[in-house]
Amino acid sequence: MAYSEKVLDHFQNPKNVGTMDKSKPNVGTGLVGAPECGDVMRLQIEVDESTQKIIDAKFKTFGCGSAIASSSLATEWLKGKSIDEALTIDNMDIVEELALPPVKIHCSVLAEDAIKAAIKDYQTKSANK
Amino acid sequence: MKKLVYLDNNATTPCDPRVVEALVPYFYEKFGNAASRNHPAGWVAEEAVDYAREQIADLINVDPKEIIFTSGATESDNLALKGVYEMYKSKGNHIITVKTEHKAVLDTCQKLETQGAEITYLDVDGNGRIDLEKLEAAIKPSTILISVMWANNETGVIQDVKAIGDICAKHGILFMSDATQAVGKIPTFPKEMGIHLMAFTAHKMYGPKGVGALYVCRKNPRVKVTAQMDGGGHERGMRSGTLNVPGIVGFGKAAQLAKAEMATDAERLSKLRDRIESELGQMEEVYFNGYKESRMPHVTNLSFKHVEGEGLMMTFNQDMALSSGSACTSASLEPSYVLVALGLGDELAHSSLRFSLGRFTTDEDIDLAINWVRNGVNHMRNLSPIWEMYKEGIDLNSVQWSPH
Repeated sequence: MAYSEKVLDHFQNPKNVGTMDKSKPNVGTGLVGAPECGDVMRLQIEVDESTQKIIDAKFKTFGCGSAIASSSLATEWLKGKSIDEALTIDNMDIVEELALPPVKIHCSVLAEDAIKAAIKDYQTKSANK
Repeated sequence: MKKLVYLDNNATTPCDPRVVEALVPYFYEKFGNAASRNHPAGWVAEEAVDYAREQIADLINVDPKEIIFTSGATESDNLALKGVYEMYKSKGNHIITVKTEHKAVLDTCQKLETQGAEITYLDVDGNGRIDLEKLEAAIKPSTILISVMWANNETGVIQDVKAIGDICAKHGILFMSDATQAVGKIPTFPKEMGIHLMAFTAHKMYGPKGVGALYVCRKNPRVKVTAQMDGGGHERGMRSGTLNVPGIVGFGKAAQLAKAEMATDAERLSKLRDRIESELGQMEEVYFNGYKESRMPHVTNLSFKHVEGEGLMMTFNQDMALSSGSACTSASLEPSYVLVALGLGDELAHSSLRFSLGRFTTDEDIDLAINWVRNGVNHMRNLSPIWEMYKEGIDLNSVQWSPH
């Protein structure tokens, strides 16, 4: 199975790799997947609390090339979006953009889960303030 | 296509150029059907098949009449298991095999279960070897066959086939061994080991794809298998079908070369293999999978913790071919059942790479491989959240994961 150009590009030059301080109130962290399944994604967003816009996003992923590309793409898409816009990102958008084959659709599902988990974490923090 | 560093010789080997040279005339100038008894075209083909059969018999030290040609090891495994079951099921329906066998054996056994066979699948220990006492304890009055592979395809671990053969002899049970990964690489003499049926193939020993063999013992005991392919009664009635003469000629040549070069190949490759292990073993959190006391000379299987194998391979797979125990490409997401049977957790199984060297592997290939793998592991660990957590001292077992 050959990878698409876009998967290869994200894999070789992943965007927004890194770690944010998860204790900050305006940082939301989503950690999804499990080591024994061969995929773990950690996606983080930094939110401007006055505008509710995502001003930065970072990821680290343990997984195959498609999992890494899916999370790299997700961080690219998240930056500049409002929380509400970010919640509309669908895994099939990722599948389409990266031309993922059927056996790799779970990677895009994981990325969508990671986005939602990060937003939920941020919202929980905001609500508890 | 640029030259690929090829370290996946357990999947298939390239044909040796001397094999190709030997077999090519049998496509055109000497194209006859080996079963054509009444003209020179047939005689030439038959003679070539007879010669190849001798070369192969000579490699494994058996009578040429005991070699049945097939399309490959999968067919040989099918013929041995189904053929023995059908031939001997009036004596009993129980077969013993092992969880780490190749799918050609395991799936065939599952098929036999649907036809009334009872199959015992033995566990292996952390070294990948079966417990001989448990094997003997699993024997019942209805046991007709024990099927244990000679060497494992993923780990290179060699089973104690001699001891298994002794147990079979003691209980009067047939012993079949899938020796696909062993024949041509290490000495494999079925008669000395008490093996009655042995499956192997040309394309794992520098011969062509599409041709394999099943050794079937003819004397003490005289073993018979029910044909799974009916037709012209070729191969003493055990496997009908026009013989693949060019393939068989190439198989014979490959066997002759293997006999002559096995020892020097094994010595050279084991040194290269050891170098991979010692150099990559200097990295943090690298684990060896297998059993160093009893294994093939050209194989090693290593796990690079907190790195997923398929992703790791993607860092170098434009330049280098090898295999991973991660099965991220399959829909099941299950990692290698062989490594899991050795007791590796799923995470380490997902993190494994198998290096299988071959006759055409060079020192330079190994230098490149070590470098690419080291860089790839570092790249992937920089991307890995669980590596970061490990470095921070977080107990990964205490984390609430969300398996999917």
